[in-house]
Amino acid sequence: MKLPSMTVPYKPALLFAAIALLLSGCSSDWGWYVVNPTTKTGMTNLSFLFSGLYYTILLSVTAIVISVIVGLLITLPGLSKNPMLRGINRVYVEIVRAVPILVMILWVYYGLPQVADISITVFWAGVLALALSDSAFEAEIFRAGIQSIDKGQYEAAHSISLSYTDTMRFVILPQAIKRILPALGNQLVYMLKMSSLVSVIGMQELTRKANELVVTEYRPLEIYTILVLEYLVLILIVSAGVRWLERRMNKDDNS
Amino acid sequence: MSVEPQSPLISIRNVSKFFDQFQALKDVDLDVASGEKVVVCGPSGSGKSTLIRCINQLEKHEQGSIVVDGVELTNSKVSLNAIRSKVGMVFQQFNLFPHLTVMDNLTLGPMRTKGFTKQQAEEMAMKYLERVRIPEQAQKYPRQLSGGQQQRVAIARSLCMEPAIMLFDEPTSALDPEMINEVLEVMTELAHSGMTMICVTHEMGFARRVADKMVFMDHGKIVEMSKPEKFFTNPDSKRCQDFLQQILQH
Repeated sequence: MKLPSMTVPYKPALLFAAIALLLSGCSSDWGWYVVNPTTKTGMTNLSFLFSGLYYTILLSVTAIVISVIVGLLITLPGLSKNPMLRGINRVYVEIVRAVPILVMILWVYYGLPQVADISITVFWAGVLALALSDSAFEAEIFRAGIQSIDKGQYEAAHSISLSYTDTMRFVILPQAIKRILPALGNQLVYMLKMSSLVSVIGMQELTRKANELVVTEYRPLEIYTILVLEYLVLILIVSAGVRWLERRMNKDDNS
Repeated sequence: MSVEPQSPLISIRNVSKFFDQFQALKDVDLDVASGEKVVVCGPSGSGKSTLIRCINQLEKHEQGSIVVDGVELTNSKVSLNAIRSKVGMVFQQFNLFPHLTVMDNLTLGPMRTKGFTKQQAEEMAMKYLERVRIPEQAQKYPRQLSGGQQQRVAIARSLCMEPAIMLFDEPTSALDPEMINEVLEVMTELAHSGMTMICVTHEMGFARRVADKMVFMDHGKIVEMSKPEKFFTNPDSKRCQDFLQQILQH
């Protein structure tokens, strides 16, 4: 079997690195020593910056999984013929979409524990806020995906006596998911970027690590440049994965 | 070859159906006996499809009554489920499940609604695939088959539910001409096996061969209903004569 070819968009990354290096040569103000991997301090600083990667990824992936589940639960009433159920869907989507993610993070971390009388860790507050914010978008993506399935599929399912649940589970969702997956991949990219906002409540992810290092090293230019590169590489890899997935799905459809 | 009509299996009385302002069916009356083959024809928009879609409740009728095998179709869930499994339907666009193999298309219904085991369902599926003469395609996906083969799979899928009545909604209209016959042959065989059938079709050769009763619809009404011998030679209504002339010309 031929391995699926994955085009890593290395060109933009190389270009970016080249510009950074060029600038460093042009100006004496740059101080790359803070992240020079050949020195002991530089290496320590670098690994300190990279150590945020774990939480950035864990946070984003957990949040996207939860937002997919919540999004699906919100979608289903939106497809109903019952105006009450459709109303629930509309209200949820409209309200959640209207709240800025940063505000959602602050409210879930500082407000929710008081309202619901619970204690919440920084990690779960971040996951919950990101997942809620994204679930409204997921719900819209699911709705579009499910509504793109031909009416004839429902009618065929009806004619062989399938229940609503079975129709969804065996006929509609397996087909809809194929059309939804690429859009979900893009939401993951979006989630990776938005996870940087969780740094404001103290989550030890990439952005927070960079902020903390800036405070001790006073080298924002170099450290934030590294931060930009970290997100750039992470997201280019995910984007390449999404494109690969899209191509595979199209191939399936044409065979 | 046809089975002599007995007590009506389907009884349609004064049925009317509206799509907003448009009246799709106007006071339709029709009886179909067990084993009877009814062919419904008429110009597009005449209500033929709507009529048979009402019989398996893909559309809800607003007035009148439809009784299938002793059960009146109200809009309740109970009557809906009771009827759906007795009435099979074949669509113009086949409506096979594209993400499932032919075999899985056939076994899904029996396994989920009749409590069949996978093995039982597969045995039955093979029986009906042999009957529509494509047992060798069982493991393929619908898109790998020709239109005629897909429609035969769709017929087999309906038969797997062991319905008492089969409805056909223009089953050959979406097919290339050279594939129409293979589908009509399967339908003719099914007719000869004693199945109760209502076919909406413009295949008049097929109608002549199998129909016990011809129905001509126009503007939501049944305009003409007669035995095929009379229908094709000496129809009562002018509208039906014109239609037949149009359709038999080519």
